[in-house]
Amino acid sequence: MTIFQTDPVGAEPTGFDPVERRSNHGLDLNKPLLEIKNLDVSFVANEGLVPAVRGANLVIYPGQTVAIVGESGSGKSTTAHAIIDLLPGSGKITGGEILFEGKKISGASKKEIIALRGSSIGLVPQDPMTNLNPVWRIGFQVAEALKANGISRGKMASKRAVELLAEAGLPDAERRARQFPHEFSGGMRQRALIAIGLAARPKLLIADEPTSALDVTVQQQILSHLDELTDQLGIAVLLITHDLGLAAERAEHLVVMYKGQVVESGPAREILRNPQHPYTQRLVASAPSLASRRLQSASTSKVDVAAKQERVENVIVAENLTKVFKIRGAGPGRGSDFKAVDDVSFRLPRGTTTAIVGESGSGKSTVAQMVLRLLEPTEGRVLYEGSDIAPLKGKALMALRRQVQPIFQNPYGSIDPLFSIYRTIEEPLRLHGIGDKASRVRRVKELLEKVSLPSSAMQRFPNELSGGQRQRVAIARALALEPEVIICDEAVSALDVLVQAQVLELLNNLQTELGLSYLFITHDLAVVRQIADYVLVMKDGRLVEQASTDSVFDNPQQEYTRKLLDAIPGAHIELGR
Amino acid sequence: MSDLTKSGGPRPGQGHFLADPDETPLQATDTLSANSEPSSLWQDAWRSLRKNPIFLISALMILFVLFVAFFPGVFTSEDPNYCVLSRSPLNKGTPPVITGYHPWGFDIQGCDVLARAVYGAKASVTVGVGTTILVVLVGGVVGALAGFYGGWFDSILSRITDIFFALPLILGAIIVLQLYKGSESVWRVVVVLALFGWPQIARITRGAVISVKGADFITASTALGATRFKSLVRHVVPNSLAPVIVTATVSLGIYIVSEATLSFLGLGLPQNLQSWGAQISSAQSAIRTAPMMLFYPSAALAITVLSFILLGDAVREALDPKARKR
Repeated sequence: MTIFQTDPVGAEPTGFDPVERRSNHGLDLNKPLLEIKNLDVSFVANEGLVPAVRGANLVIYPGQTVAIVGESGSGKSTTAHAIIDLLPGSGKITGGEILFEGKKISGASKKEIIALRGSSIGLVPQDPMTNLNPVWRIGFQVAEALKANGISRGKMASKRAVELLAEAGLPDAERRARQFPHEFSGGMRQRALIAIGLAARPKLLIADEPTSALDVTVQQQILSHLDELTDQLGIAVLLITHDLGLAAERAEHLVVMYKGQVVESGPAREILRNPQHPYTQRLVASAPSLASRRLQSASTSKVDVAAKQERVENVIVAENLTKVFKIRGAGPGRGSDFKAVDDVSFRLPRGTTTAIVGESGSGKSTVAQMVLRLLEPTEGRVLYEGSDIAPLKGKALMALRRQVQPIFQNPYGSIDPLFSIYRTIEEPLRLHGIGDKASRVRRVKELLEKVSLPSSAMQRFPNELSGGQRQRVAIARALALEPEVIICDEAVSALDVLVQAQVLELLNNLQTELGLSYLFITHDLAVVRQIADYVLVMKDGRLVEQASTDSVFDNPQQEYTRKLLDAIPGAHIELGR
Repeated sequence: MSDLTKSGGPRPGQGHFLADPDETPLQATDTLSANSEPSSLWQDAWRSLRKNPIFLISALMILFVLFVAFFPGVFTSEDPNYCVLSRSPLNKGTPPVITGYHPWGFDIQGCDVLARAVYGAKASVTVGVGTTILVVLVGGVVGALAGFYGGWFDSILSRITDIFFALPLILGAIIVLQLYKGSESVWRVVVVLALFGWPQIARITRGAVISVKGADFITASTALGATRFKSLVRHVVPNSLAPVIVTATVSLGIYIVSEATLSFLGLGLPQNLQSWGAQISSAQSAIRTAPMMLFYPSAALAITVLSFILLGDAVREALDPKARKR
């Protein structure tokens, strides 16, 4: 077998059984479907060629699921896009080769690549919201994939499109095929994209972060369905993800990329159990879905939760919060009411973290806005330190603003792009008339140090900072007024796993150091376990479960909570530690 | 996945591979590189503008026009109002003795064309710049307030804007100027043009403000304790400026053209003031015999307007986040 000589990885085929097997496609299962050898990809920039991928190696066998794991900017998507020549204009392959079924496809002509796309290699893109054309019906867009690959045309194609949509798990596919993308939820759109990707029955499906924009429960459904489908059809999957837990759960072979290089690859379980490269070790250590303990801090342990609840005053108490939004109807007077939050009560004990968990649309952010007094509750009230916040005005409201600070989800939107970092962090001090210029400069430096940013960052502007760094600036700004309570609205959801772990640790240390209380809004139960003492589970505006974190995780009372817990990717993987 | 692939150990090429940790050094997570220059949006825009030849050319042209407008004496020593009929190209009699330097010749009234064009720059620039400033002030304030506060306030302001928007600039200006004849001055033209020009800027500002006011950083500043008005002034307005600046630069050229049109029709500037529009108007009657008389002021007008429009285009490119590489 010549494979062994060309094998760039140089692994020993221990216990490999070289019996001839054929897949559904009639492919030799022992011959690699896709081989990437020493691939170099560079982007043309003003400064010359900037390498994005260096010496990447990858082998996929027919019917196999292989995952590339890495943070944003690690080159994982670039590698995948290089396979079907989808690199943006300034990107090009500068070294190495890509073989598909033993044939070289890197540097192939446009015609050959087009013949390959769809029919041999399918793609499920990342963002379901922008990857469907809003002006065409879903069925038409699936049929288009069939026509483009010469599978069928006309009426036949439309009929087949409906079958494909049904196969992708879309209920009532016949009617859905006639709808437009805006009538679909994110999960349904992703199913439509999967139907398009699988339309021409490719041998390899590239799934580029197919579910990172979706809720965990939807993510699980879709991935399981995709698993089943590709298994049945014998389609190999190249899964690209930043989530190590998800990758380990779905793929048998893992490729870990870091700064454009493959740092470690091998059987998924083995890599998880025995990570060798320092980067992989770091990834395994900080993957939230794999962590099982709350971050260490001086806060409550399981035993004295009850005792503490009686002893410690509650900083924030929400009583029967209800928020009704008026939805504009087709004409005046024809609007309807939408209950976003329905009778929610909870307490936030001082110095602890309470998490509100729920899927998108569950009303958790609305609760946060009411606690921040950015929205008026329709019914119920919020007590801060025992007094109602609703009637506060002028000075008293300013005092409340000093005590309760928010951190928002999107680090790219929550900082004014025209303000330097210094002005951003100084703004609350200036608004509240604290100190003179010199003392403010000192304070900003101090705050930057607290969030482990160099004081040279003061002159920078937000567009020069990464998402994690911006989020740290947002934390510094929130801390500027020495608040009692910080409301984190999905504060780490947009960050890479490692950066997320870093920010969570920072938040946790600050809690210990400054005695902060957090109201932590998130859709990610895995994060909850690391940071929260109490958990509130919300569904459709109602509180369905509330208990201490440990009891929610060890002994969930509600079916819905169990479903959420099950959906955490990688939760069932035993690491043996 | 498939049962087939589960049997046995890893396949060829899929064993446990480990890159040399020395060749793939681990860096601290998410560090800030310390050695790059700070760059705000405006600094970035300036950097990209500096390299844009269209910007450089149009900016030089505009500087030149401004220089001409403020120091006409540098370019001509003639009095634009000193006209001798015998110097007219229509004069078929004995040619007069001509002294001095008249490279562009004389018009039908026997006035120096160069002097009139040079002195005309001032009126055009004054009307263009003055109208633009007034329009941005009025339209900007109305648009920002309507967009930021919304609700019935927005509805009322927007409908008023729409009413003015429906009136054509030139036609409206002709009617108003016709009604109030007699008190001619540059500022009258400026006010009348601004009266019909502000709705455009108001609309642009309103749209920009609405798109910015929903941003998280506005909510954040409210939660920090900023009042609504402070948020508007400190965060919303600076972030909505870019499209307003672009529109204003482009429309500056349009106001210069409008002034020329009004002067052409004899409704714009007072008679004793030089204006390219009036010059074009007086030249058109002799277009066959003295075409260059029409050409010079027209060229001056066209080049000035083109410069402003090109400048607006270059600024838009520099400020548009989609067109930027970062």
